[in-house]
Formats: sequence, C-alpha cells, structure tokens
Amino acid sequence: MHSKQSKWLWGAAGLVYLFLYLPLIIVVVYSFNDSKLNAEWVGFTFKWYEILFNDAQMLTAARNTLIIGLVTSVCSTVLGTLAGVAMYKYKLRLLPVLVLTPIAIPEILMGVSLLIFFVMLNMTLGLVSVTLSHIAFCIGFVAIVVRSRLQGMDESLVEAARDLGATPVQAFRLVTLPLIMPGIIAGALMAFTLSIDDFVITFFTAGAGASTLPLQIYSMIRIAVTPEVNAISTLLMLLTLALIVIASKVAPGAIKAQS
Amino acid sequence: MRNNRLAKWLISGPPLLYLLLFFAIPSAIMAFAAFRFPGDYGGLLPLMDVNPDTGKTELLINAANFREFLTLENFARFFQEPVFFELFIKSFWYAGLTTVICLVLAYPLAWLIARSPKKHRDLLVLLVILPFWSNFLIRVYSWMIILGPQGYFARSINAVLGVIGVGPVQLLFSHFAVILVLVYVHLPFMVLPLYANLEKHDMNLLDAAQDLGANAWQRFWRITWPLSLPGVWAGAALVFIPALGMFAVPDLVGGTDGIMIGNLIKQQFLDSRDWPFGSVLSIMLTLAVLMLAGLATLIGRGGKRNAL
Amino acid sequence: MALLEIRDVVKTFGDFTAVNHVSLSVEAGEFFTLLGPSGCGKTTLLRMLAGFEQPDSGQILLDGKNVAGVPPEKRPVHTVFQSYALFPHMTVAQNIAFPLKMARVPQADIKARVDEVLDDVRLTQFATRFPHELSGGQRQRVAIARALVNRPRLLLLDEPLSALDAKLREEMQIELINLQKEVGITFVYVTHDQGEALALSHRIAVMNKGQVAQLDVPETIYSYPNSRFVADFIGQCNLLDATVVAIDDGKMKLEIEGVGIAEALPVAGAAVGARGTLTLRPEKIKLGASLPAGDDHEVHFKGKVHDCLFLGDVTIYIVELDNGTLVETMLPNAASGRARFFDDNDQVELAWRFDAGHFVLA
Repeated sequence: MHSKQSKWLWGAAGLVYLFLYLPLIIVVVYSFNDSKLNAEWVGFTFKWYEILFNDAQMLTAARNTLIIGLVTSVCSTVLGTLAGVAMYKYKLRLLPVLVLTPIAIPEILMGVSLLIFFVMLNMTLGLVSVTLSHIAFCIGFVAIVVRSRLQGMDESLVEAARDLGATPVQAFRLVTLPLIMPGIIAGALMAFTLSIDDFVITFFTAGAGASTLPLQIYSMIRIAVTPEVNAISTLLMLLTLALIVIASKVAPGAIKAQS
Repeated sequence: MRNNRLAKWLISGPPLLYLLLFFAIPSAIMAFAAFRFPGDYGGLLPLMDVNPDTGKTELLINAANFREFLTLENFARFFQEPVFFELFIKSFWYAGLTTVICLVLAYPLAWLIARSPKKHRDLLVLLVILPFWSNFLIRVYSWMIILGPQGYFARSINAVLGVIGVGPVQLLFSHFAVILVLVYVHLPFMVLPLYANLEKHDMNLLDAAQDLGANAWQRFWRITWPLSLPGVWAGAALVFIPALGMFAVPDLVGGTDGIMIGNLIKQQFLDSRDWPFGSVLSIMLTLAVLMLAGLATLIGRGGKRNAL
Repeated sequence: MALLEIRDVVKTFGDFTAVNHVSLSVEAGEFFTLLGPSGCGKTTLLRMLAGFEQPDSGQILLDGKNVAGVPPEKRPVHTVFQSYALFPHMTVAQNIAFPLKMARVPQADIKARVDEVLDDVRLTQFATRFPHELSGGQRQRVAIARALVNRPRLLLLDEPLSALDAKLREEMQIELINLQKEVGITFVYVTHDQGEALALSHRIAVMNKGQVAQLDVPETIYSYPNSRFVADFIGQCNLLDATVVAIDDGKMKLEIEGVGIAEALPVAGAAVGARGTLTLRPEKIKLGASLPAGDDHEVHFKGKVHDCLFLGDVTIYIVELDNGTLVETMLPNAASGRARFFDDNDQVELAWRFDAGHFVLA
C-alpha cells in the first residue's frame, strides 16, 4: 500500500519537474530552428546565433550587463558582508530593517522610488544609476547568507582563538573569515546573478542611457518575437549553469548556502 | 570600550549609510511625493526654483501658499474611482490563486524530497532551484512560445475544442496565462521553505501516530500538516508578496484584460507621468504588503505555538 | 605566593548574580576543580579567569598581578572548551601550531614543539588530518595539546569530558591525571560531575548559587560535608533531620524524632537544641537481620526493607525507619552466592560507628 502511494506521489512530482523544465527546453530547441516562428520545426540552424553576435545593440547590452553585474557583485559583497557581520555581532535596530525590507517588498516599489530619487538629483539615468540601485537590493541577500553562515559557526571558535593569543582582528582574519568564506562567495555569486538577471529595477532606473540584456530581451519579446531571443536565452542559461558549476568547485558549501 | 564602539561603527556604518541613501531616503521622497502635484511636463511640481535675478535657488513653498503645493487629492482619487480599488482586489485574487496553486503543486514535491534518501536530496532540491536561476524574462518568454497561437500546444487544445464544437480560445494574453506564468516563476519559492520545514520533521512522530492507530490520512492531517504550517506560511509570503506587485508578467502575457496594480504603477511613472498618483498607488501596495507580512508572521508564530 | 588568587569577585548579568563574592586561591602545580550544578557560577568564574568576562568587582591576581582588563590573548592562560572549539579549516598540526604562531615563535621551533606535543598525546600519525576526521577522544586530545603547547601558567578545562561516553571518559580521566603530573601545569577544571571531581582533583571548590559552599581536599568534602547541600550534591547520602540533645565527652547526642538517639562527633557551633541534619553515606552502614550489640561506639536502629536494587557488585537496600524516613544502605555481593540477603518487608537492623555520620547545622 505504501509503495503504491509513493508511486503516485513520484508521478506527480515528476510532472512538476516536467512543468519546471519543459518550457526552458522548448526555448533552447527553438533557438536552433530554421524558421522565424517559434512554431513548426523546420530544420537545424545556427543562424540565430550568428545574427545575435552581429547585433551591435545586443553586444552593448551584454557588455553593460557584465559591467553592472561585476561592480554590483564586488560592492554589495563588501557592504553585505559588513552588514551580515554587524547584524550577527551587535543588537541593531535600524540596520536589519534597512537590509531586509528591500528583499521583502515587491521590486517595483524600489524601482519607482529610486527613479524619483535619481530624477530629483538631476542624475542622468544610465549605468551608474542602475549599478547604485542593484547594489542597494543585493546587500540584503549577501548579508543574509553571511549572517546565517555566522550563526552556524561554533561561537567558542572565536573565543578559542582569542584564548590562544589572537587579537580580535587576528581572530577574525584567521578563524571567522575562512569559515564564512563559502557564505561570502555564495553571496557574491548571488549578487552577480541577481544583477545580470534583474529586470524590474533596471527597467525603472536605466532610462535611455544604458540597455542591459534583460531590457533588450524585454523589448524584443514585447514587440517582435524572433528566435534571436531564444539564442540569447540559451546562452544566458549556459552562463548561469557555468557559474553554478564554478561555484560548486570553488566553494562546495556555496550552493547549499544559497538554497 | 571605546574601541568596541568604533569597531561597531566601522562595521555597520558603511552598509547603513548606503541603504539610508539609496533605500530609506528614496522611499521617504516617494511617500512625500504622494502629497504633491504633478509637474507641467510630468514628474513633480517643483518646490524650489532658481531665481533668475539672484541666480540662487529659492524655496517656492511657504506657510501661506502650501496648499498650492501639497494636497490630499491623489489619495481622494484612489478612493473615489472604483476602478483602482477593483484593480487592487483583482491583483489580490491573482496573487492568492497563484499562492494556492503553488502550494498544491509544491507540497507533494517538497514532502517527497524530504523523505527521499539523504544522498539524493541535495540534487532534487538543486533541480527545483536550477530553472529559477535562469533569467526571469526567459521563463516568461518560454510560456509565450507555448501558449502562442502558432504553438503546438495552443493548436492542439483548439483542435480538441473544435471537435467538441467550442470555438478556438486564446491562451496567450488572458487571465489564464497570467496565473499560469505567475505560478511557474514563483513555484521554487514555495518548494524551498516547505522542504526546509518538512526535512526537519521527526519521522518517529509518524511511527508513533501509526502505532497509536492513525491511518495515512490522519497521520498527514493531524501530524505532518500542522507541523509544516510555519513552512506553509513562509512559502505563502514568499509567493504572494512578489506576485502581488508583479508587472512584467501581466505586461507580457496578460493582454489588456490581465493587468495588475504593478502595471498601473508603471503606467503612472513612465507613460502618463503622474508621479504623485503613482506614489499613492505604491504606498497602497506597500501598506498591503506590510499588513500581509505582519499577518503571516503572526499566523506563522501562532502556527508554531500550536504545533508545539 | 599562590599562583592564582581570586579576591571577593562579583559578576552579575542583569538581575542574576552569577558569581557572588567568591574568594579562593590556587597553588602552582595544583589540579583544582570547580564543582557545582548548572547555573552555580563555575563557568562564569572560569570565563573571568580566561578573560572573556570582566568581574564587576573584586580582583583576580595571577602571579600576584591583577589581570583586570587584560584581554584573553594577553593572558598566559589557555582553555580547553567544552565543544573543543577545534578550528575546522585547519589540520591537527595547524590547530596546535596556532598559539605558537600568535606568540610569534620562529617557524623552525613551531615544527619541533608541535611534533613533541603530538607525541605526548599520541597523535603523531594524525597531524595532517582535519578535526572532523577524528574520533571524540582524539579531538579531546588535540584540544588539550593545543592549549598546552606554549606552556600556559594556567590551563582551564570547561567540562572537557562531558561529550564523551562513559568508558572513554574514564580512560581520559586517567590520561588527564598523568598528563598533569607530567607537564606540571596548574589545572583549573570545571565540572558538574562529582565523581569526576573526586577522582581527579587535589582540591575541590563546591559551588552553589554563585558562592563557594565548601573548599577542601576530596576526602574531606566526601566524608565531612559542611552543609546539607554539599552532602546531597556529592555522592549518595542519607540525610536525617536531627536535634542536638546533649554534648559530652567528645560525643554529641542527636535525637532523630520517632526513631531514637544517635551519637556523632561534635561540630563547631552546634549547641544543645540546635537543629540540623545527620549525613550518613550508605556504604558506612552495617545491615543485618539481627546485629550483635557491639561496643558503645555504635549507633543501632531497627527498620523494615522497603526496596531492593540489585546492581551487580552491590545490592542497595532501602530501609524504612520507624518514623517513615527511608535510609539507603548497601551490601557488597562479594562472598555471597545469593543474589540478595533480604526481601521487601523483612525486619532488619542498622548500625554504624558514631563517627561515620556527620552532623551539619540547618
């Protein structure tokens, strides 16, 4: 009786996994279809990738995305690690609220408030405004990962280091930092992924100045869908997959911390 | 002692300053904007101006004329025109339905992963998260292909419907499409907290319940479900709140019928450029989210207490 | 001059007074134990010695110098933590080298010292292992080696054996005694396990509610507890409510209500009419169906067997006295082929030498 039940459940679970993956597989398959429509399978081709690599706008967008992603990742990892350590070490009132709220509220709220803010400052919307915004919402994710890593650490380790002759700074550098490193790496990767994937906040803070890949994809699928979108989507998925593989090699704990 | 305080500021200061500047202040400015008038060319009616004679920036607003600069009209408009309130209700309905469907799909999956052999669990969880790491727009786009009128799926459905004599239906640009895609993009947010909760359950409890005469259904309903409520509430909050504020999904697959609050907010800021009213809508959305988050915490806490 | 002197130290956390006017001193080379139930203040006291907490008032003198305000890393004091606190990202050798590196010992010397101490704790072949690859007992030995390697003036041990199973614990106890003899470093040992304290220590401070209840050598603590609390906390002990009725001739007569008169050694401060408790260890009581009258120095009572607990080497007999009080006694099973001498409800006699019991004032 038991095995019959779980057979049904596994069937249902299999369907949920299919539901999660089938759409993405379709996107990949159609990126090689020799037809302008994502409908009938006509034949195999690489031409959408060729078009993609000759699309100057798309390449600029890719470059922008990468720059924003890298700068965001570095800055939010530093600030987020500080925030995570501060939230673990001290009883603070304001910082946790400021760190956690941007994650909890719908992205659009942050997008529009930053839009008003930058316009009031007479800032030209572009790479800088997008990056500043991305850092603001990535800090929280890094902080949470770092804090949970710290919470999982035996507190007496730091005391042991002090007891054995390490100054507070040495104890942090030699014991705490190496132990939370997987969390920091996970946070950095997370910030990078969140940044290169972000659409909503970028949409409001980019203006005409800086297009990113998500913005480019958005305008393409809104106006005229061509398999070029499938091609860029496939490449982006490959990039993410590569990041995950790297992460699991560099910091085996990182993937787990992220989930 | 002095050193400790210095260290505290060195550590917490930079992120605090950054978030004050790029989160707290913008939010406050937006809240304030809800009480102002729109500018002549969109945006906001300025409160300051450069005096052409002196070249200095001067404040235009003062105690005598503040009614020309500050108003409650934007809020009045929200409550007077039922169309806005109806859109809120509709967005709640969409987000609620999405949450329930996610729960129904995620629960058996999370339960199974939690009960599977330890060595497989990480992989099974990773498989749930993996699609969530692909770009959000790609995930929406994939359904635009499937539901599009030329797609195999839409054509097969309409062929079947044609046989039984029901006219062809449009799958893309419909309520159906909005809910489906909302479920698709939020499903992992439901699976993960449920799994995290279910994984910690003590299997001995189920054996004890069985030993004391509970059948499979009773074991689920009396033991597993109440103990999993904190996970359910966490998952519900993680799905409902972003779904409520979503604008890209209805924008891409909802057509004119399927819009939500998010679309209206976007319209006010980018199309009609009525920032004060857009700010009112944003404040209303924030309040709704805060109330829900508070509610979820309360119920979650209550659930935990009951479970114990 | 004592190596460590604690003078009138007080430490509070909010409303809770963890350590309440404690004074004691520890001699160089001593194995000194702080013993008490959880919450008695022993761990707080230890943390103040290590430098993790600062006393609210009072002084802690190490080699005659007040260490108030000296941070943990500047104290010649090392701790063996209850959780061992081995750095999980460092090998055994790196863990042990850590305090030497902090003290800027030259690299060449570090190697030699680490090898030496690894040999002392018989872990040479585990030098390149990580802590998670070791057994509980091995981790314990690494923690001790790490704390001993740069020869602190004082080694603090915070319930170091509590995570080990019973058999291993006994082995480690013997190892600890030998190690302490070998290295000659002063140990301050914290435990809630009275058996461990009695077995290991030169002297024990029994702590209760933030204060030192009794400080003495193990034998005295066991045989002559100075309070009902100490008697009850250390080992098994019968506690009989008693009143002093006469003092003469180096003996004190105690009335145990409803039972009779018992004699005991006089104690300071006990006058006729004083109420208190007669403490009596089970193994010091003779038990028989009818005992010979014996000499004047024996106390005799009658009772009825209430329960028997067969423990293998001994059998415990719980005897009910005439006033309903239950007294625990034990008989070794050595010479007997029988499993038990008595059954429930058998009438029996109890006897003990008058100086086997010890009276404490209420």
